[in-house]
Amino acid sequence: MKRVVITGAGTINALGHNVPDTLAAMREGRCGIGPLDIRDVDRLAVKIGGQVRDYDEATHFNRQQTALYDRFTQFTLIAAEEAVAQSGLKFTGELSATSGVVLGTAGGGVNTWDENYRNVYEAGKNRVHPFVVPKLMNNAAASHLSMEYNLKGPSFSVATACASSNHAMGQAFWMIRSGMARAMLTGGSEAMLCFGGVKAWEGLRVMSKEACRPFSLGRSGMVQGEGAGVFVFEERGHAVKRGADILAEVVGFAMSSDASDIVMPSKQGAARAISAAVADARVAPESVGYINAHGTGTAANDKTECAAVADAFGAHADDLMISSTKSMHGHLIGGTGAVELLACIMALRDGVVAPTIGYEEPDPECALDVVPNVAREAKVDVALSNAFAFGGLNAVLALRAA
Amino acid sequence: METVRDRVIAIIAEQAVLEPSDVELTHSLEDLGIDSLGLVESIFAIEEAFDISVPFNANDPAASAFDISSVAAIVKAVEGLVKEQS
Repeated sequence: MKRVVITGAGTINALGHNVPDTLAAMREGRCGIGPLDIRDVDRLAVKIGGQVRDYDEATHFNRQQTALYDRFTQFTLIAAEEAVAQSGLKFTGELSATSGVVLGTAGGGVNTWDENYRNVYEAGKNRVHPFVVPKLMNNAAASHLSMEYNLKGPSFSVATACASSNHAMGQAFWMIRSGMARAMLTGGSEAMLCFGGVKAWEGLRVMSKEACRPFSLGRSGMVQGEGAGVFVFEERGHAVKRGADILAEVVGFAMSSDASDIVMPSKQGAARAISAAVADARVAPESVGYINAHGTGTAANDKTECAAVADAFGAHADDLMISSTKSMHGHLIGGTGAVELLACIMALRDGVVAPTIGYEEPDPECALDVVPNVAREAKVDVALSNAFAFGGLNAVLALRAA
Repeated sequence: METVRDRVIAIIAEQAVLEPSDVELTHSLEDLGIDSLGLVESIFAIEEAFDISVPFNANDPAASAFDISSVAAIVKAVEGLVKEQS
């Protein structure tokens, strides 16, 4: 079995347009959630979100590119540029043939669907732009990364709702571990903050109109975010040989399915994924110092997740830290695990654990150390990142300090 | 003319896959086998039927201003909203 390390990271999200800005915001416990600036917001009941601010596609892409790149693809390309530059890798020859892309997204080109439905249904037009299909397809971002960086190995996209990124990164990890690939670009992206994308979530009645307060008594639900996180996963021997800066090691991954309900989470399903990820990592459960929670801020998720962590770790659950950075960047749906992996890397590499902000009062059903409101300095050896999707599909990654 | 009560009961009965005559005002949604998803669907159907907006957050139904403790409570709440929002 090969060992797998992370040698590059990139992001754009509500907290920043790159990794340093995002980590600085997480350290300061800054909130990126605010009033939505989108068309027809007055017809929405939910008017807040973790939107990427001060973003102008024209400063990053030319007209030909924006005709092909939906907002979720744009975010992916921006995050990947940062990650690949940090890794220092050039994909040519043998490395190109054995490197690929696996990305998660739940909705793909939602803005493209939205705009073109408006054109044909609302404006009554009978003609759409020729690139609507290649722009909105879920694999568009993965394909554009493959083309941009000459990645000719295994490449595809994964859609498992809110666990998409974690499932994607798990596949990339396993491919390198098994020897099937040398390096992989992986992570995920989501751009659903448009009228239709928010209206659909409104229907479920689990959205907060004021803030995302995971684990806090009286929390009022989830808040959507948008953005991307992309990482370079690389076979450790390859990275060491070329003297690459190793951000963290990916040591374990596990998936499970609740097989019970299309929206309600299951403690057993989540606990099985957590325990299996720790077992896959071949580390002692007591070595896990930090968990980046799924922590959506809904009543159902947060109490189920805390119970699952308590089940999986027993007494050690009271000694570890668990925080939800969704309180700051919102829920990036299919891209969420990728941005949240940054908090795990920060804990392992910088010894700073990102807080759960907006925390007001302890909830007896979430009685763990949720790092309320203020970041904490701590030495963390192993960190987990949880993702539990609608449909009962769970994916947990385990990382170790380099 | 069909009353608000009849229409609310018809919506709840359809969700519970029962005849309206089997739905009692004293029943709770739990008695009728309606789970959280069924509840969210029922509220949507009520909003559509009466063209009203129901203040309800599925995260904490108890904290919502809309009383769902029984069929009678729901009928009363909908009657109030219809009057208020007409």
